[in-house]
Amino acid sequence: MNYAYYPGCSTQGASTDYEKSTRAVCAALGMNLVELPEWNCCGSTPAHAVDTELSAALCVRNLDIAARQESETLLTPCPSCLSNLKHAAKRMQNPEARARVNELLDNPAASEFPAVTSVMQGMAAHLDAKEIASRTRKSLSALTFAPYYGCLMSRPAEIMKFGDPENPTLMESLLTACSATVLDFPLKTACCGASYGIPERSMTARLSARILQLATDMKVDAIVVACPLCQMNLDLRQPQAEKAADTRFAMPVLYFTQALGLAFGFSPDTLGLEKLRVSADSLLRKLGTGAANAAGSR
Amino acid sequence: MSNITDIRLKRDAGFIAEVEAASGQKLSTCYQCGNCTAGCPAGFAYDKQVNRIMRGAQLGLKDDVLNSRAIWMCLSCFTCSLRCPNNIDVAAIMETLRHMARKKNMVSVRKVEKFWFSFLNTVRAFGRSWEIGTMALYMLRSLRVFTDIDLAPEALKKQKLPFKPYVVPNGGAGAVGRIFKRYRERADREGVRP
Ligand code: SF4
Ligand code: SF4
Repeated sequence: MNYAYYPGCSTQGASTDYEKSTRAVCAALGMNLVELPEWNCCGSTPAHAVDTELSAALCVRNLDIAARQESETLLTPCPSCLSNLKHAAKRMQNPEARARVNELLDNPAASEFPAVTSVMQGMAAHLDAKEIASRTRKSLSALTFAPYYGCLMSRPAEIMKFGDPENPTLMESLLTACSATVLDFPLKTACCGASYGIPERSMTARLSARILQLATDMKVDAIVVACPLCQMNLDLRQPQAEKAADTRFAMPVLYFTQALGLAFGFSPDTLGLEKLRVSADSLLRKLGTGAANAAGSR
Repeated sequence: MSNITDIRLKRDAGFIAEVEAASGQKLSTCYQCGNCTAGCPAGFAYDKQVNRIMRGAQLGLKDDVLNSRAIWMCLSCFTCSLRCPNNIDVAAIMETLRHMARKKNMVSVRKVEKFWFSFLNTVRAFGRSWEIGTMALYMLRSLRVFTDIDLAPEALKKQKLPFKPYVVPNGGAGAVGRIFKRYRERADREGVRP
């Protein structure tokens, strides 16, 4: 089945591993991702923080391109893009706001857009847990994860439609379908400090340290995430969090698509695991899938 | 907010209406339970906690609220909106206040705004954001040596930072540039800071 696909800028730069693993897992599930032609940046936090209509116009240009594709659903892996696209689509339902956003565009936007949803929800809608389980080649039963969604994926609930805004459970159902142990992680929707890493490092360091500390105390093998910014704050910026908390974490932080990809038998290379700052080798050893004996994997 | 006379003098009824219209929220429904503040992850960096911002807005204390540091340190995480017993979208109010403060050039934490524009200028130029460009512009604008220099070796080794921006092809970058151009022109026409 074909899905229109909006990758978002992060997946093209800092998070190419998210992109690679998303594409690999979707292919394994029979989901054909058709990238929007000439898509542009959704504006991320800076655009909506500066002006709602500027943010909406940047998003609507993409939604308008998506409206001209064959698909009924537009998927994106990034919660921040998802949030912006969904807020923009909602904004366009108000005629006054629509007129002001259209004023910023080359041509007025289409009157209807395809539904926008996360890759994670797209997977769950495409195949149920049983079918997903039937496609695994390698059980993840040796691994224990802390699921971490970040603050944007499930909030605000009426726009994101991702289940309980403080206790989403979709990632758990996907990972347990691959036989992983997934703990109840109380900070699963806490904020990691978002885009403040550059202008106010103490914010991200402090908030990320809280999440890393709890996961460490719970003795998980990895934190599993769905957001490129969360991944960067928890992984690449982990030394800054360690400094703020005056401790060492050494906690691997994987995308959920990388975890699923391991279950589907993809090689660490196909999933971009080498991009992680904190190595996932400890997980691979437990799975017996060391980079060295990746033979037999896809 | 020192005493009653002070509050009466500073009260700006037009401001209350403006915040309510832009955010779509009713300020008078806040009864100061403090739930928003209890759950706010950024509160440690605020000068006024978010329930005090709500109270200030409710009373029409425009300058107090728009000059606060809090509205710039807010992470837009929506925890406050989620936990407000009166279903006030508090995060939307924080965002509205930020927009109003920007438009009136009352930006109390300039570095945050500088970061946003460093990012947006790469989008305006190329149609997509570009990490290295954002960082370079931010260093120039804030005149500070890049605070993340400790991350650079690792980020470069892992090839997380493309050296060249991706330019959206087939006129895409131009179309995005024109969105920014029209946005600026309209702000000028309307007499607000873009
Ligand atoms: S949670 Fe709602 S009612 Fe309570 S103080 Fe905050 S805004 Fe007011
Ligand atoms: S949205 Fe802003 S004010 Fe509300 S809880 Fe999050 S950081 Fe605090």
